Amino acid sequence: MSETTETGERTTAPDDEAQGRTRYPLQVEGLRKTFGGIVAVDDIAFEVEEGSLTGLIGPNGAGKSTTFNLITGMNDPDAGTVRFNGEDITGRAPHEIANRGLARTFQIARELEEMTVLENMMLAPKNQQGEKLWRSITPGVRDNVRRQEEEVLERVWEVLDFFEIEHLAEEYAGNLSGGQRKLLEMARALLTDPDMLLLDEPFAGVNPTLEKRLLDHIHELRQDGYTFLIVEHDMDLIMNNCERVVVMHQGKILMKGTPAEVKESEDVIEAYLGGEV
Amino acid sequence: MSESSLRSRFESLLTGDPGLVIAVLGAIYLAYILAGIVFGFTVRGHMNSLANLTFYIAVFGMLALALNLHWGYTGMFNIGVVGFMGIGVYVTAIFSKPPAAQGGAAQVGGLGLPLGVGVVAGVLAAAVFGAIVALPALRLRADYLAIVTIAFSEIMRFTFMSSTFETFTVPDTFDLTILGTTLISFDPVADTVGFGGGSGLILNYASPLEAFLKFLFLWDPYLGLVDFVGEYAIQTNPKPVVDSLVYGLLLLVVVGIYYWLLTWTGESPFGRVLKAIREDEDVANALGKNTDVFKLKAFVLGCALMGFAGVLWYAGRGSITPPSFRPNITFFVWIALIIGGAGSNTGSVLGGAVFAALLYEGPRYIKNLIEAAIDVGDGPGSFGQAMAALGSFDPVPFLVYTLNSISQLRLVIMGVVLIYLMHNRPEGMLGHRKEVASSIDLSRPEGSVHEEPAATDGGEKE
Repeated sequence: MSETTETGERTTAPDDEAQGRTRYPLQVEGLRKTFGGIVAVDDIAFEVEEGSLTGLIGPNGAGKSTTFNLITGMNDPDAGTVRFNGEDITGRAPHEIANRGLARTFQIARELEEMTVLENMMLAPKNQQGEKLWRSITPGVRDNVRRQEEEVLERVWEVLDFFEIEHLAEEYAGNLSGGQRKLLEMARALLTDPDMLLLDEPFAGVNPTLEKRLLDHIHELRQDGYTFLIVEHDMDLIMNNCERVVVMHQGKILMKGTPAEVKESEDVIEAYLGGEV
Repeated sequence: MSESSLRSRFESLLTGDPGLVIAVLGAIYLAYILAGIVFGFTVRGHMNSLANLTFYIAVFGMLALALNLHWGYTGMFNIGVVGFMGIGVYVTAIFSKPPAAQGGAAQVGGLGLPLGVGVVAGVLAAAVFGAIVALPALRLRADYLAIVTIAFSEIMRFTFMSSTFETFTVPDTFDLTILGTTLISFDPVADTVGFGGGSGLILNYASPLEAFLKFLFLWDPYLGLVDFVGEYAIQTNPKPVVDSLVYGLLLLVVVGIYYWLLTWTGESPFGRVLKAIREDEDVANALGKNTDVFKLKAFVLGCALMGFAGVLWYAGRGSITPPSFRPNITFFVWIALIIGGAGSNTGSVLGGAVFAALLYEGPRYIKNLIEAAIDVGDGPGSFGQAMAALGSFDPVPFLVYTLNSISQLRLVIMGVVLIYLMHNRPEGMLGHRKEVASSIDLSRPEGSVHEEPAATDGGEKE
């Protein structure tokens, strides 16, 4: 990365466009969204490097969650483009984006409460034959569905073991504690077989023990080549774990850089300690 | 298969859901038969009341199952059930009624096609209308779907009733010509078809039961059965009684087919996505499921099943009129589903049975029982007269009046039951159960290498 500007203005283009595909799975340019008269996200641009753990931080109302929603298609941007693996995915439906390998979790864990943990997990994998109605209700063809379900189930149990929530498998997701829900959500997102995960405040409401476990999981997954973009309030946590940080403030990007650079930025300190509001 | 494994299979069948259904049905029938014996029903009266009971258990079972797909599984708030039933049976009628006789009475004719073709057309029409309703409405929030569906069912009823659609003139030939080649040339016998307006349609085709049994080459054995009953049980005119009993039993078979179809639908990856949509559609979307498509398919399938249930309910009657398709039928189906427990297919069948036996047929049955036992005579003509006698400490006119108004009182009883359920058991009989949406058992596959550490935290919450 070449640019380390101190303002929200983008001054440098991402490196070589030809390289863009491999080096930057996610590229956001000129993204803008207004709700009524409020500009929630104002012409932001950033990119996430492959295999990195990038933090997106900022005070409340900075536009972080809206940015996530714009990237994942939950909201349509008013302007700008989102590119994933070199492909323009701006304004595509959430399910299309998810199927291209960009998975997300929600700020308030949104597990499917009246489904068991196992059902939650079984839901996630892509390309399940039995999701076609006729396959599931045609005698004979249903046997193929069952065979594939057995394969999916094995993976589900592996992931349950990995996240150490296998003892909760038969529970209704609604009976899980806040932290367990966060684990379930991440496990479920992982089962969609993504290239990149967007985690919206994965540590909110999670006790320190579980927080450490979640972090260990994230680092372990990074070793396996997953890319992460994480929204988080906790500055220390971001500073200690991310190698790139994007700071948002009032819908704009305040600065981008390494944690050390961000730490020393006057602007960031002012934004967090409340300068002009 | 060895004898012991057969037996264990048989036992698991009886202890599982089918056993539960059989037990509840058995209890209902036993209660009806015993009550009939105590109050001195004739054999004919017995068989008639059982046939009636079976019929309503079956149709409400089917409709509750179809509604369970919409509401219990997918969370789609459909309160236009009766509209889809109406489409099913009206389209069946138009296809299968014989053409109107030239110069005959004003009665509207049909296309004169075989009844089987008519039924298929009716079910397809219900499915197509389901898709038409769903396409704009499914993108809206749940309550808007409710408004659209009930409006739709009322629009259909008024369409059936309107004089504009009373008759259509059928063109002399249907020709489908593309690029100069005639693909289809069809000369319908009928000159006019239509919905018949307020006076409805007379269903003057062959009896559905007869058509069905002839199709299976079972008509002659069936007539033998009727003779048998005529000889040993009901001497005079046994056929209508046997007809309705056998029809009821066939409908129970259809309930079994609905149950099987919807269980397979629910216990599959498809059903899992439906459940996820019910819980949180955004999450299902974020996991890469195109929820609009899933909702559309589930809605259309449910509507087709409702259409077929409508055909089975009304096509065997002599005629259909628009007032049969008022929204109260929809609400009956909802009550059946709520009693049984939304989300459970077994619960839907049980809910249909309990609703039909206790709330729908029960009060009428009690009236019949009392009338069979004692001669109640004519009651007072108005509520005022009934109350006046009560003032002079004569309860008989009031009781007779109550008995005579039992059809109206049914609705009050249903309301009371509904309020009670909402307060004390909102999940219904079986709605609390985990019916896991998967085609396989989800417990840890055997041979999985993971070693369980000796019970550490026992699932405690962190």
